[in-house]
Amino acid sequence: MNTATTNHAGFAKSDYEGQPSTLCKGCGHDNITRHIITAYYEMGINPYDVVKPSGIGCSSKTPAYFIHRGYGINSVHGRMPSVSLGAKLANGNLQVVGISGDGDSASIGMGQFCHAVRRNLDMVYVVENNGVYGLTKGQFSATADRGSTLKTGDINSLEDIDLCATAITLNGTFVARAYSNDAKQLRAMIKASIAHRGTSLLDVISPCVTFNNHEGSTKSISYVKEHDVHLNQVGFVPHWEQDEVELKAGEASEIRLPDGSQIVVRQVRDNYDPTDRIAALQVLREVADQGEILTGLIYVSPQEPDFNTISKLNATKGLCHYDEADLRPTKEQMSEYLASYR
Amino acid sequence: MNPPDTLEATQPSSPTKVIVNDVTFQMATANGTGSQSANNIFAKTLFRMGIPVAAKNLFPSNIQGLPTWFSLRASKDGYTSCKRDIDFLVGMNPATWSKDVAEVRQGAAVLYNSDELSSEILKSRPDLVTYPVPITTLVKEHIPAPKLRKMLANVVYVGAVAELLGMDHDVLRGVIADNFKSKPKAVDINVKAAEVGREYVRQNLEKKDPFRVETMNANEGKLLIEGNTMGALGALMGGCTTLFWYPITPSSSLPEALIAQFRRFRIDPSNEEHRYVDVQCEDELASAGAVLGAGWAGARSCTSTSGPGISLMSEFIGFGYYAEIPSVFFDVQRVGPSTGLPTRTAQGDILLCYHCSHGDTKNICLLPGGPEEYYEFSRQAFDVADRFQTPVFVLSDLDLGMNFWMCDQPEYPTEGFDRGKVMSEEDLENAKSFGRYRDVDGDGIPYRTLPGNKHPLASYFTRGSGHDEDANYSEDGDTFRRNLARIGKKIEGSRDKLPQPILDANDKAKVGLIAYGSTEAAMQEVRDMLSSDGVPTSYLRLRALPVAKNVVEDFLRNHERVYIIEQNRDGQLETILRDDIRNGELTDRLRHVRHFTGIPIDAQTVRSSVLEQEKN
Repeated sequence: MNTATTNHAGFAKSDYEGQPSTLCKGCGHDNITRHIITAYYEMGINPYDVVKPSGIGCSSKTPAYFIHRGYGINSVHGRMPSVSLGAKLANGNLQVVGISGDGDSASIGMGQFCHAVRRNLDMVYVVENNGVYGLTKGQFSATADRGSTLKTGDINSLEDIDLCATAITLNGTFVARAYSNDAKQLRAMIKASIAHRGTSLLDVISPCVTFNNHEGSTKSISYVKEHDVHLNQVGFVPHWEQDEVELKAGEASEIRLPDGSQIVVRQVRDNYDPTDRIAALQVLREVADQGEILTGLIYVSPQEPDFNTISKLNATKGLCHYDEADLRPTKEQMSEYLASYR
Repeated sequence: MNPPDTLEATQPSSPTKVIVNDVTFQMATANGTGSQSANNIFAKTLFRMGIPVAAKNLFPSNIQGLPTWFSLRASKDGYTSCKRDIDFLVGMNPATWSKDVAEVRQGAAVLYNSDELSSEILKSRPDLVTYPVPITTLVKEHIPAPKLRKMLANVVYVGAVAELLGMDHDVLRGVIADNFKSKPKAVDINVKAAEVGREYVRQNLEKKDPFRVETMNANEGKLLIEGNTMGALGALMGGCTTLFWYPITPSSSLPEALIAQFRRFRIDPSNEEHRYVDVQCEDELASAGAVLGAGWAGARSCTSTSGPGISLMSEFIGFGYYAEIPSVFFDVQRVGPSTGLPTRTAQGDILLCYHCSHGDTKNICLLPGGPEEYYEFSRQAFDVADRFQTPVFVLSDLDLGMNFWMCDQPEYPTEGFDRGKVMSEEDLENAKSFGRYRDVDGDGIPYRTLPGNKHPLASYFTRGSGHDEDANYSEDGDTFRRNLARIGKKIEGSRDKLPQPILDANDKAKVGLIAYGSTEAAMQEVRDMLSSDGVPTSYLRLRALPVAKNVVEDFLRNHERVYIIEQNRDGQLETILRDDIRNGELTDRLRHVRHFTGIPIDAQTVRSSVLEQEKN
């Protein structure tokens, strides 16, 4: 490796790498890990500012496999969003990439998922979605489609929970679905979600090669490959590369983010507007009803305030950096306050 | 409530003898009628007259219509615990009227709303001094606004009782004026309602009971304040910047007070920026997770809850213990199990908090014995959490948290925050080496870095799974044992660094008493009573877990019999002490008084139990 090669923040790609993965060979999650490494490197995010909260499950192990210069916190099952909330409010300079799975977010942590989206905490929220509990050896999760089967032959009789549709009904401000094996699309979406100020939900369909890659599964590699319907093609242009972009009129639309970067959306489906919430819900339902998997940037609302802004926190000095002189009222102020209790 | 106690003989009821500044009131009302505000005015008036008071609100888990009792003790001796014997009853609630009358002490005074309550009931208690007041008629005649009548009926009885007791009406008016400072229109109408009550007594009733109040000077410099407000103030002064909570009685008034203090003191007037954040979370699990996330990232963070909330948080608390994350958890205890009696008090979560979570855990718990300590321990909890890198509990209860207490003005802290072993970039540069869970100093307390630290040695991975000294994943048995043992050593090492027990030794005493938390309020009175019964006592008040073992052992050694007084069924503190002190010669001296009715412990209950056991 050429150690002289660095990103615009002066870090080498190796600063964004992690421990070797201990997941199964061919796991979709390892692809996501790889793209996170590349995206954060190419975005020039200071790796020491990256915090990597996760819940429990195969997906939640992955923060150990990327950005070793950052700070991981592999917490408890389904509770990644609350740990992210505390960390980001404590220090707004931190770049939160929360990793969760379908069991973690759509079952045990469904409440925290909903409230994270509702608060619009500035974070990248990755759901590595394989429709199955891997670490406990292959039970259905709540994102498994009705009629899909387990390796044992058991048939899922319940409708799935669509996290993207749920996030949109909760006024989520960035909702995208990607496929772990579609490098180009996923990498652009991770970059866009880093740049988006607010909760960026990335629902990444990520096949489990050990427990959910059989005939009858709707999240196997072959099924996803055959049924992946692209809503649009997403490109990302960071703010420091704006001059280099030339778009042919009519070919694509641009969504400008508060930091000056742009999401370039090339339409695949006619007249789809990713800022139209109702259309987003409609297309999700239509495609799902056809047994297909919709991927792409489904919905974005780039100008909504994130939770730190709503909370009126200083943009640069984190709450963790205040000391007693900043935080304590004076003796006189304290006495004045207590006077009403006399 | 208990029937009048025949042992109690401190207040003879002879109408000829005047009893000054020693009276316990009970206002029996229905909740949602506005009686709380009137009762607080009454309490504050006595307080401003310089008479020591203690006010307790006994209320249902309900918004409107169920019985509620307000008990107010005025005691020239400064006794502030609950008293079972009611000297002066104010009857306003038909639903409880016969029970209320049956339960007051011999010769008590009863003022009641004669428009609503039957005087027939009183025939069963010819010993009582009765004052019928047609309160409903009076408010109809004198209060033009029908909507306000129900509420102001309460102020009418305040005025009437004030007249009967000889309270200072100027002070009463001043309290009303202060109470409605934000809505001046309410002042006049409330003053008027009090006058109506006063005037009715003057014109129509003859004073026949022995109780009087007179201005004293016992409250110089004191506050009359809800315990949870003091707990909140401690968190403010302790530098809490991140508050995550979920509403639950009797905890909610702590975060609500803290938020009010945040708004008052932590908003930069020049740019409206906040130096705090408060989040009402979706549940207690989220509160706990956010507290740990914030603590991990270096902010001083807390949550406040009660027993059921602690149960929900317990997985996270174990994570915090094992991952070693500074965090503060307030548990304002109430009666359990499950929802139990949600509006009644208990010391029922001591074991829960001490051992909270699965696996081996032992958590530091601070046990404030009054409002001053509630403030002090709340403030110190943030230092303790940072110093020991662990979840720290501040355990109060409904009695201490939600009732009004007299207390000294809290001390303004002279020392700054102790952030514990946090390594900056410069520290790392000098140290040349860093492992998150290494025992560098031999005290079991490791060093930590905060996310965002940009030194190449700084980063580490936090996990609840097995990890080695450098925070790497490990399932190695020896590594796990070493790490867990080190954490055990760390917590053991806190025994003599937490608030130490307070000993009041009596050389003549063969009997020792051990108590903690809000039970403190009853203890001076207990000891005075026992002393006059011929049982002199020493007293050891425990203020933190794990306990200072040596101090307790010495106390046991120096007394023949030691009573542990607790507000729970199973002797939760006793269990902890017996586990700590594995010396049968000493633990054989232990006896106990356990009170678990949901009503704050009273001196008489303790005294009776000790005397009974002393016979054997």
